Amino acid sequence: MSENKKMPKKNPLSFQLDLSKFTPASEEEKLQQVQMRERTTFFKDGMRRLWKNKIAMTCFFIILIILLMVVFVPMVYPYSYEQQLGLTQGQSVDSSYLNLKPFEYGATEQARIAAGEKVFPHIFGTDTAGRDYAIRVIYGARVSLLVGFFASIIVLIIGVTYGSIAGYFGGKVDLFMMRIVDIIYSLPDLLMIILLSVVLKTVLAPVIEGSWFSKLGTGMISIFIVFTLLYWVSMARLIRGQILSIKQEEYVLTAKSIGASAFRIIRKHILPNCISIIIITTALQIPSAIFTESFLSFLGLGVSIPMPSLGSLASDALTGIYSYAYRLVIPAVFICLIVLSLNLLGDGLRDAFDPKLKN
Amino acid sequence: MNTKLAFYILKRFFLALLTIFLVIMITFFVMHAIPGGPFLSEKSPSPEVTAALEAKYGLDKPIMEQFWTYLKGVLKFDFGPSIKQRGRSVTNIILEGFKVSAKLGLAAAGLAIVFGLVLGSLAAVFHNKVIDKVTMVLSTAFVAIPSFILATFLLLIFCVKLSWLPANGSTAGGLILPIIALSLYPMAYIIRLTRSSMLDVLGQDYIRTARAKGVKPNRVLFKHALRNAITPVITYAGPMIAFIVTGSLVVEKIFAVPGLGKYFVSSIFNRDYTLIMGTTIFLATLVIFMMLISDILYKVFDPRVELS
Repeated sequence: MSENKKMPKKNPLSFQLDLSKFTPASEEEKLQQVQMRERTTFFKDGMRRLWKNKIAMTCFFIILIILLMVVFVPMVYPYSYEQQLGLTQGQSVDSSYLNLKPFEYGATEQARIAAGEKVFPHIFGTDTAGRDYAIRVIYGARVSLLVGFFASIIVLIIGVTYGSIAGYFGGKVDLFMMRIVDIIYSLPDLLMIILLSVVLKTVLAPVIEGSWFSKLGTGMISIFIVFTLLYWVSMARLIRGQILSIKQEEYVLTAKSIGASAFRIIRKHILPNCISIIIITTALQIPSAIFTESFLSFLGLGVSIPMPSLGSLASDALTGIYSYAYRLVIPAVFICLIVLSLNLLGDGLRDAFDPKLKN
Repeated sequence: MNTKLAFYILKRFFLALLTIFLVIMITFFVMHAIPGGPFLSEKSPSPEVTAALEAKYGLDKPIMEQFWTYLKGVLKFDFGPSIKQRGRSVTNIILEGFKVSAKLGLAAAGLAIVFGLVLGSLAAVFHNKVIDKVTMVLSTAFVAIPSFILATFLLLIFCVKLSWLPANGSTAGGLILPIIALSLYPMAYIIRLTRSSMLDVLGQDYIRTARAKGVKPNRVLFKHALRNAITPVITYAGPMIAFIVTGSLVVEKIFAVPGLGKYFVSSIFNRDYTLIMGTTIFLATLVIFMMLISDILYKVFDPRVELS
């Protein structure tokens, strides 16, 4: 091939390039081109930083354990969250099952143990209606986590859509849309939530009667409605701010000049560039949703009986605080663990994926 | 005062008024969307009795007329009679409850500000020392843990297990725990705010100049640093009042304090519709005005903030 050919001698008067300057690189020169560090992507780089953050990783594992527990334990657990153990069809209530202390057994269970049978223990005892408390706490954690997750998804969808429309179109559209956000933002949210839940609880009850929704309960549905109505505003504000700055970039101008539609520019060029802020805000939304849910359930406006949530369990335990303090402590510790870990993990995500945001 | 600032205050004031009007509107129409009205839950009164009751409370008139009557009443601070507590007006109940709640809230706010500023400054001065780390861990925990959990834990430890303090909030000694329970979250928040802004200020050139000139360390801390670091804490006053108002709903329920929060929560269960409306509007107005004041103070105290 050409490399093997002898290079022709250059005419000193010629303006042609000096071919001797284009000789193949030597081995030493080639070594300089070797990448010492592996190529990294945005996601990998963030994950590396997150992995190094000990607090965030501890929180991540705590959440993982709780998640696995709430998903799998109810499948294998011998009692259900609504099953009143002292209650058998056609007989009066067996009161030996009510208010059991941890690892105590009801009368018929003791008889079964005496007969040599193995009975699964009531790890946290039973509650005032004779329901196994451990499964109620686990189920309550499941309900709280589900509420937190879905509420954040709702906030994510509405906030991102609203914020990107307002930010991208700007001008009068932006002014009008942001005035609405300002007003919703200055409404005292918890008061409005309480008010709406009170009303929705009564209004929704006959509407959803008998359908699948009635199992979910009016309290739960009103929590979601309230989130849909009120909680997206901070997300919308954040996204709008991001988009206002991103749309000044040259690549957006380029996309516009070759005739891309507004929807395509937002979807393909703008949103991927503020993905980290979206992820972080959504992650931090989950604990706040769990907090709101447990707050409402604590006031008696959340999930409906017999479905438990961590807030309603804590609220129910308050009446028996002198004799059964552990019944208050267990759900309270769960709420603290979940909210604290999610918050710290969210902070860790923020530090890992968007260090600029730290202050 | 320049015109730009005056314009800003005027704008914020009208936005606040609009929001309050909106709150009144939402509260009124949402409560009236409940089918059957407030008397449905009574022990099935005869149609004549219901009609008489509705005539008495003006519920038989068209809804817009009712709204105007209600709005006029609210402007005169008259929220109408309570439906469930016979012979008492909502205004009366609100004022009585607010006396207790205001005492509780002011004490909690004072406690939060004093301890928050002191601990926050300490953490900043002893940056990365043990005291800083301990305060940061505690304040992180108190910011994240919901107030009702904190309140129940306080109740459990100090009233049930140790029985140092009475669990009933209607006595003077019983107010100690609710005040602490209410103040912990804002305190933790103020600690974090003060710490980060103090750290920022302590690194500034004028602090170094003051120190170089031989100003006493205490004087540098209080006159030069804290005064400049305090702005974010002032702006937190609005959200803090909002938190204390909503936080007191559960805290008053837990400690049985006869304040506005307890009336509000019990009115939810009694379906005392006029009381729910009155309390919501009253508390919302309070929160909105506190937000307004802290927003304005922010601009007045810190001229560096750009008005938009």
